[in-house]
Amino acid sequence: MSEKNHNVSRRQFLTYTLMGVGGFMGAAMVMPMVRFAVDPILQADAAGDKNELTPLSDLTEEPQPFSLTYEVEDGWVTQTMEDTVWAYLSGDEVIALSPTCTHLGCTVNFGGDENNPEQFFCPCHFGRFEIDGTNVPGTPPTEPLHRYDTEIRDGVIYVGRPQPQQ
Amino acid sequence: MLQRIYDWIDDRIDITPIWRDIADHEVPEHVNPGHHFSAFVYCFGGLTFFTVVIQILSGMFLTMYYVPDIVNAHASVEYLQSEVAFGMIVRGMHHWGASVVIVMMFLHTLRVFFTGSYKKPREINWVVGVLIFFVILALGLTGYLLPWDMKAYFATQVTLEIVASVPVVGDTLETLIAGGEVIGAQTLTRFFAIHVFFLPGALLGLIAVHFIMIRRQGISGPL
Repeated sequence: MSEKNHNVSRRQFLTYTLMGVGGFMGAAMVMPMVRFAVDPILQADAAGDKNELTPLSDLTEEPQPFSLTYEVEDGWVTQTMEDTVWAYLSGDEVIALSPTCTHLGCTVNFGGDENNPEQFFCPCHFGRFEIDGTNVPGTPPTEPLHRYDTEIRDGVIYVGRPQPQQ
Repeated sequence: MLQRIYDWIDDRIDITPIWRDIADHEVPEHVNPGHHFSAFVYCFGGLTFFTVVIQILSGMFLTMYYVPDIVNAHASVEYLQSEVAFGMIVRGMHHWGASVVIVMMFLHTLRVFFTGSYKKPREINWVVGVLIFFVILALGLTGYLLPWDMKAYFATQVTLEIVASVPVVGDTLETLIAGGEVIGAQTLTRFFAIHVFFLPGALLGLIAVHFIMIRRQGISGPL
């Protein structure tokens, strides 16, 4: 111990010690509960699997809606989800687009607007997208429709999860 | 920094007297284990409260995953216990804590009894304490059904048989508590509501009254 006066009174020392020990014990008590509560953000994503969409022979040059069913592990239940995928052939390439508007999440339809039959149209705020998903400038959406990665196995199209384009 | 934030608030709303009122109180020598180690028996009330706080906290977190529904209840308990990180610990705290509360409360009751602390002028606080005892037992009973496993189901069957044995109103009471003719969907939601909302509310009110009376009357004198 140095001879200098460190200005820590007995009361202050006890306060610090008790607060330290108490804080440690409180943290030990609360930490498991907090980790328990934040578990969903730390669980690994199950994405990556591709799911069957439809036979390749169903596709035409014109976008058509196909329903995509897949299973999601949701806690203690397995949910069967159903999404719509708009798919068409562009030459030999399969284009599969998500109909979720990139503005605020409404659902778009191909040819939904009589004046623009060759575009995807969102009825909520009149957002429009070209056939390849590119957003039409001057309408509310700020990015193209999300696109599914596709894979063809034995003449059947499999799709993953929609990804932002570019 | 903290001091300055505190001062800023204290300047405006004068909070110092509030916490001083709560924190500053005399601890007589005969209840201080530092003076007489045997005075640790005076800790049981505080330990009961501490475990109740743990029960409330861990219970709040458990309801993030639990569902009171006959199809999903057991599956959700199994999920939170085996799949969620620290689920075993959090549920373990609630499960074992339930027993610890009852043990601590019983020891506290014995201490009050053998030191004669329930005598005049503290009779009302004894009565409130006994009410707290009943509320805690009811919390244990209703919580027992919630995992919806075999033990829960058959323990509740016994509970309902006991209720049904009450003269005259037994059958009506049984239907009221079970929420129907069988132990099922409505029993589970009922027990859940009682366990999670009604009884904790009653418990917090009673504990507040218990503590206010202790501060009003002070700790009972030495033997």
